[in-house]
Amino acid sequence: MPKPKEPEVKGALDVSRRGFLTGAGAVISSSLVAGTEALRAAPESSGAAVAGPGKVDLTLTVNGAERALALEPRVTLLDALRFELDLTGAKKVCDRGTCGACTVTIDGKPAYACSLLAIQVQGKDIRTVEGLAQGDRLHPIQQAFVDNDAQQCGYCTPGFVMACKAFLDKNPNPTLDQVRTGLGGNLCRCGTYVGVAQAVLQSSESQTGSLAGEGRNHA
Amino acid sequence: MPEYRWPDRNERQVLGKRVSRLDGPDKVTGKAKYTSDVNLAGTLHARFLRCPHAHARVASIDTSAAESLPGVKAVRVIQGPGKEVQWSLDDIAVVAAVDEATAEDAVGRIAVEYEVLPHLVNEDDPGKAGDRTKPASEQVKGDPDQAFQDADAVVEGKYGIPVITHCCLEPHGQVIDWSGETLTAYQSTQNISGMANQFAQPLEIPAANVSIVQDHVGGGYGSKFGADSWGLETARLSRETGRPVRNFLERDAELFVAGVRPSGFARIKVGARKDGSLTAWEAESWGTSGLSGGGISMQVLPYVINPPNVRKKHTGIATNTGPARAWRAPNHPQTCWLTFAALDDLAAKLEMDPLDFYLKNLNLTERPDLYRKQLIRAEELMGWRKKWRPRGQETANPVKRGLGLAFHTWGGRGHNSTARLVIDPDGSVSVSMGTQDIGTGTTTVIAMVAAETFGLPVNSIKVNTGRSPDYPRSGPSGGSTTVGGVCAATRRACQLALEELFEKVAPRLGAEPSELEAASGRIRVKGKPFRSLTWKQAASRLGVTPLEVTGRNVSASRRASDGKLIDSGVAGVQMAEVSVDTETGVVRMKKFVAIQDCGLIVNEKLADSQVYGSLIMGISSALTEERIMDERTGSLLNGEMEFYKLAGLGDIGQLVVEMWKDAEQDARGVIGLGEPPVIAPVGAIGNAVANAIGVRVPRAPFIPRRVLAALEEKGGLYA
Repeated sequence: MPKPKEPEVKGALDVSRRGFLTGAGAVISSSLVAGTEALRAAPESSGAAVAGPGKVDLTLTVNGAERALALEPRVTLLDALRFELDLTGAKKVCDRGTCGACTVTIDGKPAYACSLLAIQVQGKDIRTVEGLAQGDRLHPIQQAFVDNDAQQCGYCTPGFVMACKAFLDKNPNPTLDQVRTGLGGNLCRCGTYVGVAQAVLQSSESQTGSLAGEGRNHA
Repeated sequence: MPEYRWPDRNERQVLGKRVSRLDGPDKVTGKAKYTSDVNLAGTLHARFLRCPHAHARVASIDTSAAESLPGVKAVRVIQGPGKEVQWSLDDIAVVAAVDEATAEDAVGRIAVEYEVLPHLVNEDDPGKAGDRTKPASEQVKGDPDQAFQDADAVVEGKYGIPVITHCCLEPHGQVIDWSGETLTAYQSTQNISGMANQFAQPLEIPAANVSIVQDHVGGGYGSKFGADSWGLETARLSRETGRPVRNFLERDAELFVAGVRPSGFARIKVGARKDGSLTAWEAESWGTSGLSGGGISMQVLPYVINPPNVRKKHTGIATNTGPARAWRAPNHPQTCWLTFAALDDLAAKLEMDPLDFYLKNLNLTERPDLYRKQLIRAEELMGWRKKWRPRGQETANPVKRGLGLAFHTWGGRGHNSTARLVIDPDGSVSVSMGTQDIGTGTTTVIAMVAAETFGLPVNSIKVNTGRSPDYPRSGPSGGSTTVGGVCAATRRACQLALEELFEKVAPRLGAEPSELEAASGRIRVKGKPFRSLTWKQAASRLGVTPLEVTGRNVSASRRASDGKLIDSGVAGVQMAEVSVDTETGVVRMKKFVAIQDCGLIVNEKLADSQVYGSLIMGISSALTEERIMDERTGSLLNGEMEFYKLAGLGDIGQLVVEMWKDAEQDARGVIGLGEPPVIAPVGAIGNAVANAIGVRVPRAPFIPRRVLAALEEKGGLYA
């Protein structure tokens, strides 16, 4: 199995989400937090502050719009998107950075929204699948997903679309092998990988390569 | 009544075309709302306390600390003192709270004391199962003892495939809104029309008061037919709190209690004559479906190939594990692998190319001619004759290549289904049915059938599904029965409606109704296309009353008046090419060829997707998937997706899919496709591994540890 990709967002935080869930509060870098009135002073030595465990005010920039929220610091970006903003394209599947169904982009790079805290990504450019199309006009990678039937039940699809979009932004002209490894961090149970790979390759500059072999036109 | 039939092949405008699924744009933009995406105002979140023991009796339970936590709205005990719990992660209590995190906190405050009881969770060795075995009576056909005596070659082997899980990406769950007298269940399900009574009866309310809603479902694969015990608890929480309650299973529960596939193990002895004719089969099989014993069904072992002399006996083993559910093509993938592994070993003993061995024995199958043609075509696409070498090839390269094959069968007759077809006077057309599109493209094929019948564009047809009781009843999506059921019901409704519409417009066109046809967006006189009305003009003849008809498919009906719209029974041949690194034990997919028939193909793009998806699912179960139980604690060890491994995009090699669509198959009508191509991959891949390394890896999945162990037994890594 290709290794799942690490979330590429590097916040100033060195606190795991599970740590938040088990602890009463969290030590976070004050530069990342807007709702400072909710913070109490942290020990001098760490130069950090503690947020929570109660709700804190924060602002997320999602698909270009600023959204003000009041959330417990332990709330993940994924739960904030799904439950607070009703942006349900990103899905909760493994909830621990394995399957990619919650993939969004943060400052243009793919990230697992289940493995980031909402408070951690303030001030960053968060893009979800809902922000990709221009009105009724699909983004080319979305259109390629439709054309190549790169979805069945479709539950992994929004995450896959975002992963493919970020992948193509970085690798506009990928080889089939790059597709195989670069998109290994998104899992599908229905088995739509052939369509996904075709969609990516057709959206690429060279438009060559396929996981499908010859032989489909026998009458 | 019209003569129900599909248009001749050369007259079809829509059927068989590579139409993109109609809900594709919604799925790629995130607009598609799944049940788990339903956010109702005031929703509470449910979380279950699950038993940590595989077998235990509840001694005491104290929920007071949970109840006093701010934000907790209800706590229910499901299995209280005295209850015997038979598998780990079973529900003990449930909490409803204002958010998920609070519910989880509350669950952690419930104190339970258990009396731990002895458990059995592994069934690999029936000798260790003690009184947990449930043997079935032996079945004998012909004279197996004599046949083995007369055989020129006999091989014996032990083969197995473990329990795997459905691993739906959208977990099982629901949002229940019980307000006043009515219960609305937003349910993640494959069974819209069959759901209301599953809530109504245990909750003692009229089924008419239950509404089922689902727009999209994130996978089911046979595991989402029920309301489920947790669905009923969620409903009770909603009744108790007067608020909507949302419940979706955590991943480990999803993998363990919401659906698994039974395991299958067998000691198999097979015998043949020198010329390769298979004469004798003997198998002692066992497996588990959980506490019921169960395991694979003996009825399909041996699989597809039926030797004249057979002795078989199956033993179910009752384990303290989550209960099995239907898993895509129940029983077939397991028994296909067991059968084709044993026969492949026999071919090796006979020093025959397995392709020749199977060609020799096709008279023992139900579809010898079709399998023969498909095997020959698969050979061409794989290049089998050029590539195949006997087992144990002596090459210096530690990475060995191998070929394997297996084939399968399935039924796939359309289920009971009723379609309501409405043509409005403005010309709009809708088809409504209490079915569900589980990702197979059901809504798209319904629209295609209507579009074909009326000569209209596919996207002009409105298809309504996913509601009960709003739409007429349709069957559960299982056993590849949906496509036949919905297509036949839709076609009949459309033909009936067209007949009525022709009667309305015939006078206007100065023709008899029987002289009319619907094509290219018009109703016209056959052979005189200039005498026509547009579809809209024709529909306006309805006045102010919409034309509404229903069309039915009755699965068991065999009346001549049904017409030849659907059928049952398919073949399908698969060949795998793998490489095996004999130093690391890693098996990689190189190429996979699948030939599949399914009668009349409604949408070839969607048909291809079904086969690709099946192959990928099959590759997963061959190479990585396995439920792993801890014998000591009785717990599930790989309840998360980094340990319960699914194949990724880089693991599948090259897939070659060819739909078998000759005129003979086409004339049979529509047959289901979801199950058959998922059956043979493990057999084909397992045999390719044996061919590559010269020794049988007897148990799936073919992970490095097992490959290396098999090589070790043969005499070391480099033997």
